[in-house]
Amino acid sequence: MKKSYYQPEDLKKFGEINEWNEALGSKFFDYYNSVFEEGSLSAREKSLIALAVSHVIQCPYCIDSYTKDGLQRGIEKEEMIEAVHVGAAIKAGAALVHGVQMMNRHDQLSM
Amino acid sequence: MKIKSLKSRQDSLAQSEKQLEILNGGIFEDGTLPTFKEKVKNSNFQQVRPTGLEILQINVGYMCNQVCSHCHVDAGPDRKEIMTQETMEQILHVLRNSKINTVDLTGGAPEMHPQFRWFVEEIRKTEVEEIIVRSNLTIILANKKYNDLPEFFSEHKIHVISSLPFYKRNKTDRQRGDGVFDSSIKALQMLNAVGFGLPNSELQLDLVYNPSGAFLPGDQKALELDFKKALAEDFNIKFNLLFTITNLPISRFLDYLIASENYEEYMHALVDAFNPSTVGNVMCTNTISVSWEGFLFDCDFNQILDLKVDSTIAHISEFNSTVLDDRNIRLSQHCYGCTAGAGSSCQGSIA
Repeated sequence: MKKSYYQPEDLKKFGEINEWNEALGSKFFDYYNSVFEEGSLSAREKSLIALAVSHVIQCPYCIDSYTKDGLQRGIEKEEMIEAVHVGAAIKAGAALVHGVQMMNRHDQLSM
Repeated sequence: MKIKSLKSRQDSLAQSEKQLEILNGGIFEDGTLPTFKEKVKNSNFQQVRPTGLEILQINVGYMCNQVCSHCHVDAGPDRKEIMTQETMEQILHVLRNSKINTVDLTGGAPEMHPQFRWFVEEIRKTEVEEIIVRSNLTIILANKKYNDLPEFFSEHKIHVISSLPFYKRNKTDRQRGDGVFDSSIKALQMLNAVGFGLPNSELQLDLVYNPSGAFLPGDQKALELDFKKALAEDFNIKFNLLFTITNLPISRFLDYLIASENYEEYMHALVDAFNPSTVGNVMCTNTISVSWEGFLFDCDFNQILDLKVDSTIAHISEFNSTVLDDRNIRLSQHCYGCTAGAGSSCQGSIA
């Protein structure tokens, strides 16, 4: 057993998922590749969304991938950090908005 | 950051043997990654072979007004190696007696060679159709005597190919030195002013993008659109094509990869991105590189690694295209740089 659940070299083995179930794996990779094609949103915009989401879900593989992808596309660090803040703000907001539930419950239970 | 050439720092990486030792050793020696030769053999190509010489790329010397952190030539103001007039005469003799279509002048900054203008004028008198000058742009403003280069280029219908790592100041200056971006912009405006890169003009101005770090270039067409939009909006600059070029792991870029502990990861990225469909189009199939001393190489990169052509003909003075066409290209692990993703050449992607 390795000392960490996450191994950087595992990212390169992502495609091996297909070895245990090609039908489902292929569906996923086809879908994934289609999602990131140029569409109403540019591939560049999608890369920045992916970077933001990668941080929100705290996926080290995704952060590695989409930081590199952004560099290759000429996305600048100022754009990257703003995208990360968008993700962080939504995550913080999602936590904080539950405060309303707390307030409601507090007031309901209090005299 | 001010840097000096590896040679003036007396760095061991200034020696081609040391670079080849790294490229042939480590992860390639212990079998972690396949060598380029093995990879080519497993992809329907037995060897990389010339398909007919079309381009003579001439490196007139390593002298340059810039010291770029990625420079594979290790050029700089401290480099004094320049081509003699005798070698230039030998090249002209070859051009007068062969069917070479394109001459590609590079350096260093080729414009700094004292006989540069004479050489261009003499090449123009031959049957060569296209003369490319790889200009770093800032040379045009480096000294008053270079200020009229745009007019000179225009008069001789030069195809200007210029490096501009990015359309914004910070990344450009980080790779090429402080102030390079502003000078490059001014030089591009001067080239536009005499007609280079304008719609309906026959004067071709292309830009070269290479990544400012240990990653591969993105899609050439997408980056070209970004460059065109930004340069037009911010500086009213126009150009024809953008070529994306992968940084090859030799010389100063190899030094950077090792110092930043990116070497192994970068080599993995190049090998993982190996695209067999690029092998038939790599530039060594139709190009020969001539060094400042007149020796012949499969490409400018092999020149820096001192891997002379695998032929009985080693020097421009003995030039024979039939004999040279019947050779195997000399390969090492740096060649992965030309076959990664959409491929890479001095004319950009090749897939």
